[in-house]
Amino acid sequence: MATVDIRDVRKNFGSTAILHGVSVGIEDGEFVVLVGPSGCGKSTLLRMIAGLENISGGEVAIGGRVVNNVPPKDRDIAMVFQNYALYPHMTVRDNMAFSMTLAKAPKDVIETEVTRAARILGLEQLLDRYPRQLSGGQRQRVAMGRAIVRHPQVFLFDEPLSNLDAKLRVQMRAEIKDLHQRLKTTTIYVTHDQIEAMTMADKIVVMHGGNVEQIGPPLDLYDRPANAFVAGFIGSPAMNLLHGTVQGGAFHAEGGEGSWPLPTGARVSEGQRIIYGFRPEHLRLDGSGVPLVVTLVEPTGSETQVTGRSGKVQIVGAFRERITAQVGETIHVLPDLAQAHLFHRETGQRLDA
Amino acid sequence: MSKAANTADDALSWQSRQRRVVTVYLPLICFVIILLFPFYWMTITAIKPNAEMFNYKDYSPFWVVSPTLANINKLLFETSYPQWLFNTMLIAVCSTVLSLVASVLAAYAIQRLRFKGSPYVGLAIYIAYLVPPSILFIPLATMVFQLGLFDSPFALILTYPTFLIPFCTWLLIGYFKSIPYELEECALIDGASRLQILRRITLPLAVPGLISAGIFSFTLSWNEFIYALAFISSSENKTVPVAILTELVQGDVYQWGSLMAGSLLGSLPVAIFYSFFVDYYVSSLTGAVKE
Repeated sequence: MATVDIRDVRKNFGSTAILHGVSVGIEDGEFVVLVGPSGCGKSTLLRMIAGLENISGGEVAIGGRVVNNVPPKDRDIAMVFQNYALYPHMTVRDNMAFSMTLAKAPKDVIETEVTRAARILGLEQLLDRYPRQLSGGQRQRVAMGRAIVRHPQVFLFDEPLSNLDAKLRVQMRAEIKDLHQRLKTTTIYVTHDQIEAMTMADKIVVMHGGNVEQIGPPLDLYDRPANAFVAGFIGSPAMNLLHGTVQGGAFHAEGGEGSWPLPTGARVSEGQRIIYGFRPEHLRLDGSGVPLVVTLVEPTGSETQVTGRSGKVQIVGAFRERITAQVGETIHVLPDLAQAHLFHRETGQRLDA
Repeated sequence: MSKAANTADDALSWQSRQRRVVTVYLPLICFVIILLFPFYWMTITAIKPNAEMFNYKDYSPFWVVSPTLANINKLLFETSYPQWLFNTMLIAVCSTVLSLVASVLAAYAIQRLRFKGSPYVGLAIYIAYLVPPSILFIPLATMVFQLGLFDSPFALILTYPTFLIPFCTWLLIGYFKSIPYELEECALIDGASRLQILRRITLPLAVPGLISAGIFSFTLSWNEFIYALAFISSSENKTVPVAILTELVQGDVYQWGSLMAGSLLGSLPVAIFYSFFVDYYVSSLTGAVKE
C-alpha cells in the first residue's frame, strides 16, 4: 500500500495538450475515482500512473518515489483493463500466475497465491478454464484476481465495468468495493459513470478537458459543487442549471417565466448575470412558486420525475410523494433555497453565500 | 390447407434445389475438373508403359490399361532424384525458417514499436516485394558469385528470403494488428520484457498467421525455378523443378513417364504439408484472434 502523488502532470500528444497540469494527492488505502466525460484525459492520466504513457511534464510519485522514468513492471502496480486483457491462450490459473512466473517465484508460492486469490473471488472451480469459456462477470473477476496475486501497492482500474450489462455492473461494483475494504490497497478507478463514482469512491476527482474541476468526497461534490460543470455532471437526473440575471432581489431565467427567490445572504448584485442551480429532488410544489407546464411524467415507483417548461426553460423535478399532475397541466414549484447553488455566469465558479 | 402449403413448400424446395445445382454444383464441378485434370494426367502418365503412351489408336489417352512402376523405378534408382528431393527439402526448410524469423521480428517492430517512420518501412518492404525476380536475379547473381556461393545450396537459401520476407512480413503485420494491444500492455505491467511478450503472448496467439506464412514460404521455395536454374549448375545440387527439366529431357527426347513421375513425387510433400495445416491457413486469412 502506498500514497500516490500526482504533481502538475502534463501530457502532450504532438502539439495537442491532453492534460494541462493535473495535481491530485492520494492517501494510503484510499479509493479514488477519476470521473469525467470521454476525452477529458482521465484514462490518459491512469495510463501515465501505470507507466504506459510518457509523462510530458510534472511528476508522479508512488509511495514517495518519483516514478516518471520507472518502467511499468517496477512501479509495483496492477491494472485491470476495460476489456480485461486476459491472455486467451492461457487458463485462468496461468493468467493469474503469469506475473509471478515471470518473476520466477517458487511453484508452491505461486500455487498458494493463486488459490488465495481464487478463494477471495470465488474462482476455485474455474481455474482450469480458458477465458473464452467464461462469462463477462467471471472474466472481470479473473482480471481482478490477476491483480490481487501480485500484492501491488496500487490497483488501477480502467473503466472495468463498462462491458457488463446493467445488473452485473451493480453487482461487480459492490464486489470491487468489498474487495477494497478487505485488502485496503490504494485504488485508482477510472469511469465515465458518475453513479459508479458516487457509490464507490472515498474521494472523487472530476476531470474536464484535461483539467481537474473538483476533488472531494462524493457527498461534498454533490452538496457543494465547486462549479457549474461539476454541478451538472454529478447527480442523476442532472441538476437544473438556469442562465439568467438578478433583478429586484430575485432571479429571472432567460426565456423563462416567473421569478426564482435567491438564497438568503447570496452575494450577488442587482443586474448580475448568474447561473441558478438546484437539484430535481429539491424542488417542491408550492402555490406561490414558479408556474411550470408539465411535458412529461415518469413514475419510477419510489419517486415521480416530472419534466416541465417555464417559458422556454426546461426544468426537471423529482418528487418522493405521489403526484397526480397530467401532461399539459400547470403546476407551481419552488426549490429548497438551502440547497440552491449560484454560479458565476462566465467562469462557472461557485458564488458562495 | 396444410397439404397445399406442403406442395408449395415442395415446389419451392425443388426449385431451390434446381437453382442450387445450376448456380453452385455445376460451376463447382467445372472448376474441380479443370483444376484436377493436370494432376490426373500427371498421375496416369507416370504409370503408363511407353507402348501405351504414344499409341492413341489402340489405347485411350485418358486411361491406363496395364499400369507399371517402371517410370518411377527408373526415376528413383537410375537418376539422382532422391538427392534432388533432399536438396529441395533442405533449401525450402532453411529459407522458410530464415524468412519466418526475420519476418516475425520485422513485423512485430513495424506494428508494435512506436518508432518514427515505421509505416514507411512497412511500405518499403512491400515495394521490395514488387520487384520481379526475373530482374532481381541479375544483381543477385553478381552477389552470389562474389560471395563464392555459386552452385551451393546457400545460393538459394539466402536468395529465396528476398521475396519471402516481404510477403511474410506483410502477412504477419496484419495478423499482429488483430491481437489486442491491451494484452501486451497488461503483460508489460505483469513484468514481461519485449522479447518475453513476443515469445509468451504474441507468438502463441499468432500461430495461425505463422503457419500460413510458413506454408507460403515453403511452397514458393519448393517450386521456385528461375533462381534455382541460374545459381545451380552441377547435377547433384539441383532442386526438383530444375532437375526434372534439365536432367530428364535429353536433347529433344522427353522422357514423359519419368518426367511426370518426378513432378508427381515432387508435388506430394507440398500437398501433404498443406493438408495438415489447411484449417489454420484459412483461418489466418479470414479471421482474427478470439478472446
